[in-house]
Amino acid sequence: MKPAPFTYRRPTSLTEALDLLAQEPEAKVLAGGQSLVPLLSMRLSSVPVLIDINGLPDLARVTVDDSGVRFGALVRHSDLLAHEGAAAAQPLLAAALRHVAHPTIRNRGTTVGSIVHADASGEMPMILRLADGTLTVASSRGRREIAARDLFVGPLETSLAADEIAVEAFVPALPAGSGVAFDEVARRHGDYALCGVGAVVALDGAGSVEHVRAGYVSVSETPAVVDLTECFPDGEMTARTLAAAGEMAVGQLDPESDIHGTADYRAQLARALTARVLKAAQDDARARAAQKVSS
Amino acid sequence: MTTKMMGERVPRVEDDRLVTGKGRYSDDLVPGALETAVLRSPHAHARIVSIDVEAVLDVHGVHAVYTYEDLPGPMADPLPLLIPHPALTHGRTQYALAKDEVNYVGEAIAFVVADNRYIAEDALEHIEVEYDFLPPVVGIPAARAAQELVHEDVPGNRAATMHQSFGDADAAIRDATHTLSLDFTIERSASMPLEGRGTVARWDEDLKRLSVWTSTQTSTGVRAAVASKLGLDLGQVDVITPDVGGGFGVKIMHPWPEELLVPLAARSLKRPVKFTEDRREHFISAAHERGQEQHVDVGFDDDGRITGLSVHFWHDNGAYTPYGLIVPIITSTQLLGPYKPPNYSVTFESLYTNTVIVTPYRGAGRPQGVYAMERTMDAIAAHLGKDRVQVREANFIQPEDFPYAQGDLLFQDGRPLIYDSGNYPELMDKAKALIDWSDFEAYREEARAAGRKVGIGIACYVEGTGVGPYEGGHVHIETSGKVKVSTGLTSQGQGHETAFAQIVADELGVPFADIEVVTGDTRRSPYSVGTFASRAAVMSGSAIALAARNARQKALRIAAQALEADVDDLEISEGIVRVKGVPQSEIALGTLAVLSNPLRYAFDEASRAATQFIVGDPLQPPVGEDDEPGLEGKDYYSPMRCTFASGIHAVIVETDPETAEITILRYAVVHDCGTLINPKIVEGQIHGGVAQGVGGALYEKMAYDEHGQLQNASFMDFLMPYVTEVPDGIEVDHLETPSPLNPLGLKGAGEAGVIPTSAVFASAIEDAEGFPITAMPISPSELHALRLTHEHDRARDQDTIERSNS
Amino acid sequence: MTMSEPTSEETVPVRLHVNGVTHDIVVPPRRLLSDALRHDIGLTGTHVGCEHGVCGACTILVDGAPSRACLMFAVGAQDVELTTVEGLTHEDGSLSPVQQAFKDCHGLQCGFCTPGFLTTIAAGIRDNPDPDREDARDMIAGNLCRCTGYQNIVASVLRAAEIQREEEAS
Repeated sequence: MKPAPFTYRRPTSLTEALDLLAQEPEAKVLAGGQSLVPLLSMRLSSVPVLIDINGLPDLARVTVDDSGVRFGALVRHSDLLAHEGAAAAQPLLAAALRHVAHPTIRNRGTTVGSIVHADASGEMPMILRLADGTLTVASSRGRREIAARDLFVGPLETSLAADEIAVEAFVPALPAGSGVAFDEVARRHGDYALCGVGAVVALDGAGSVEHVRAGYVSVSETPAVVDLTECFPDGEMTARTLAAAGEMAVGQLDPESDIHGTADYRAQLARALTARVLKAAQDDARARAAQKVSS
Repeated sequence: MTTKMMGERVPRVEDDRLVTGKGRYSDDLVPGALETAVLRSPHAHARIVSIDVEAVLDVHGVHAVYTYEDLPGPMADPLPLLIPHPALTHGRTQYALAKDEVNYVGEAIAFVVADNRYIAEDALEHIEVEYDFLPPVVGIPAARAAQELVHEDVPGNRAATMHQSFGDADAAIRDATHTLSLDFTIERSASMPLEGRGTVARWDEDLKRLSVWTSTQTSTGVRAAVASKLGLDLGQVDVITPDVGGGFGVKIMHPWPEELLVPLAARSLKRPVKFTEDRREHFISAAHERGQEQHVDVGFDDDGRITGLSVHFWHDNGAYTPYGLIVPIITSTQLLGPYKPPNYSVTFESLYTNTVIVTPYRGAGRPQGVYAMERTMDAIAAHLGKDRVQVREANFIQPEDFPYAQGDLLFQDGRPLIYDSGNYPELMDKAKALIDWSDFEAYREEARAAGRKVGIGIACYVEGTGVGPYEGGHVHIETSGKVKVSTGLTSQGQGHETAFAQIVADELGVPFADIEVVTGDTRRSPYSVGTFASRAAVMSGSAIALAARNARQKALRIAAQALEADVDDLEISEGIVRVKGVPQSEIALGTLAVLSNPLRYAFDEASRAATQFIVGDPLQPPVGEDDEPGLEGKDYYSPMRCTFASGIHAVIVETDPETAEITILRYAVVHDCGTLINPKIVEGQIHGGVAQGVGGALYEKMAYDEHGQLQNASFMDFLMPYVTEVPDGIEVDHLETPSPLNPLGLKGAGEAGVIPTSAVFASAIEDAEGFPITAMPISPSELHALRLTHEHDRARDQDTIERSNS
Repeated sequence: MTMSEPTSEETVPVRLHVNGVTHDIVVPPRRLLSDALRHDIGLTGTHVGCEHGVCGACTILVDGAPSRACLMFAVGAQDVELTTVEGLTHEDGSLSPVQQAFKDCHGLQCGFCTPGFLTTIAAGIRDNPDPDREDARDMIAGNLCRCTGYQNIVASVLRAAEIQREEEAS
């Protein structure tokens, strides 16, 4: 299990990195390497040139303001998870990051890298979608922003061009009156989820459910987000309305069978987790509202 | 008096080197050795039309490439069938490198030697093989159906059919008050040590001598194989077992093709050569175990006492049978556990499939046998509406029944299946107390009221341990007073260096710290069998005790002369021989070592000290007729038959009503391995076994698709438990029923933890869910599917009742 | 069939800082850090169990953070401080708290996965000097052990923290 030969480049500026990529569109960018290196070692993938961007400290920044959280391509999962400002601005990030593999992998793996890996079994692509985030990509031709909904175009496939490098992601702050939750079921702790669900629930001033969105991991080809607001016409989460939300979500998902679980089982998990996570997100929204009143 | 070491929780002497990174595993040895890679079949079943290695010549850094055509002499013959058996009518083994045909994904085809592993792997990509595809046979149903054959000259894919019985099971079942007919399946798992296989060899052209370091459970076995296959004299080959990163059975298979190919290349290239297996290779080219389908017919009375038991099972032996029928023979005999059915009949068929070979994995056929028997016990209890413990107790062999012969069955060693000692009722009392069996119904009601589903399971086993034929021990007291101990079997983390030193410390009366134990080195112990079947403590422990007693005897004999005392008046403690009650009259063992050798070069303190003593008769030769120079003891231990350890596991699980996740709430083990040498080490063995058992029951399986491709050949998808999947706390209680068969009363403990785990989890999940669990392992997805099936069946039954009522 | 040709793969000079010592080696860019540590520098305490980042046997500290050496290239590890199991031992050769704890609690059997656990726990009790049982289980949740069933490793984490606190108090 050893990688095939490649040429290694370690640019000292983003411009240099982009030039290298422009010259060799088959090149791969190495940030955390926690998904890429195993693929290379198993020779499931080989690259003529590896562009190691770890020498670009500008990409290692997390910035938080009222609008949301912005994190560069070299921000490790563990750094983002530990970032108190990020957790305060958009609690979905920390809620989901805790479920990304194990701490040792999170110490090297980058969140932007995970996003552009575009695995529908990964937590962070779904979170970007659920939070309506954006990804900033750059090439020697310039920069552009890609909305999450336009980013994931197929299984492990994004709308990035071959010469583009993802430089940072932006996740909007959680709107006031909203709450979040995330949960997943995996075969082993730290494994890819059999099904994972994240939710954002918005309450109106009276505490009634106003808006409900849930995102799903491992039960669709690309990260899936479902608007479930219509399941709560009275603004109340009851066993009945939550079950209806689960059914509605399952209707829009496309789980597949594999050696770890049948499509049917994953659908069952989506139902069960939808109810649990929506309820937890509502509780979170109420707790936040209470905190705000008291502070 | 020296502190008694036997039975003490002595910290391990192995640990200092292992916690500081100074362990020496095979891949750590011989820096600069050439490295190797193996081209493995990507197809489960194919004829090899041609192999073209020409392009490998273009890869810089490649030193050699071997295919079947390049194998000289006996290397070109099929690999040995290690344990032939008359019932194994169609035994087949593979070649070191495939000849004409491949029979599983992973079978070795070509072997490349290069500057390093990276280049060797590059070279593999330049080898062109043309295949003619043959239909693969995957899984027991396909093997039984025999629409396609794995080996065209093996009809019905049947390597062996074997039958054993006592009494008349069929008649007893026919006449029984109650009968049940049951079907069970259990899937494959694998030993999966964290260190894979590995071999390094160095040929010394000056000495014409081969040194082989290999990660094995039998250094003597590998030595014999290498010498014979390479056409060398046994005396030209040294096999040394370095630190081994776990074995669990897979490293008792020998020789692996690579264990021959590496020495072959080292000799012909006159350079050290190394093979270090990677994880994917370990999945597809080492060995698996466990896969069986079982059918049980049982007759019993109103108390649940079995009157007749008839078992037929189908054992998936993979593509070849290098290890013979050991695994299914163990299943067929150890199935009986602590019970005494008066009539028993068992037939098994060992079947070929186009999958990785099946050889013993910790437990070796016992987990399957215990699973069949314990599932049957639970079915009997369910049928009669009786407590599962009571049904088991009604069938127990009683303490006064020992030695107890299970009819005239023959065990894996070809010897009668006679249990030496045990106390199963007391074990059960301990198990019930440990898990609070009697309080469980109240707990279940409490849980139910809170919307939770819980279940309790119990499972018993008896394990033949310390299988023969022999092991040896050598104890050498050096003039420094230090004691060097050697035994031929190998260590893979069991703590032999510690446990055996504890035995020697007590037997010889020397400080524990002065004893050094070496295992698995053919230069020190050329006659040995190996480490498997929970035999190391029993076999080598006994042999070392006997050897130490011989050394002690000699020391006392010389001391008696030196101190002018009677042997019976002497005692040894802290390495000093003293005349009891005479304070100044003493001599150190090291000094006695000097005196034991007439050639007394005064190199050290002990030699100078020895000058004040006079031993030997000036009228006799310096070395007496029946004597040898040196203070050594040597002996072999060879028992008539195995000694039988036993135990009971109990578990409480919770199953999530919605997600079908299975959570372990409590796990309890009561076990009896006779006299304990080091309880700390024994408990460690139990913990590890239970964790492997949890893996086998709830997480691990070999997911082959219909093409014979292993879909989960990585640690990503083969779900070995992390700490998060094993119980937080395993409650352990010991019972010590010494074995009458060996000098220390020992029974084996290495495999026990893993043996009843699939059975006990099936029992507990069945108890939680209220429907039979007949296939293991079980995942939440599978449990969910079972729930739907049983809901559907219940609804249909309800419907039928309502319609018939109306 | 045998042959012999010179090695000609492109190599690069690499400077690694391991356990406070600087090592200059020349390796191909594809050389995994785990192999460089083991075979180019000779620190064989770091073990390789899966080479796809799941088992944790090769875990080392990269600037103090537990990381998989098999998921890094040597050439990319030049700007960081690496600590392997060999570097955990005190300068006087005595065992560090986590090493001593593994010995005290029988936290290892075959010892192959052990270096990865030791480095992970050394960092774990540095960051959390007083872990409870749940913290201890979390700390080691990404490392596989096939021998011990983890029971005594959890005990070792708690014991290691205890020894560390004792050392710091004295």
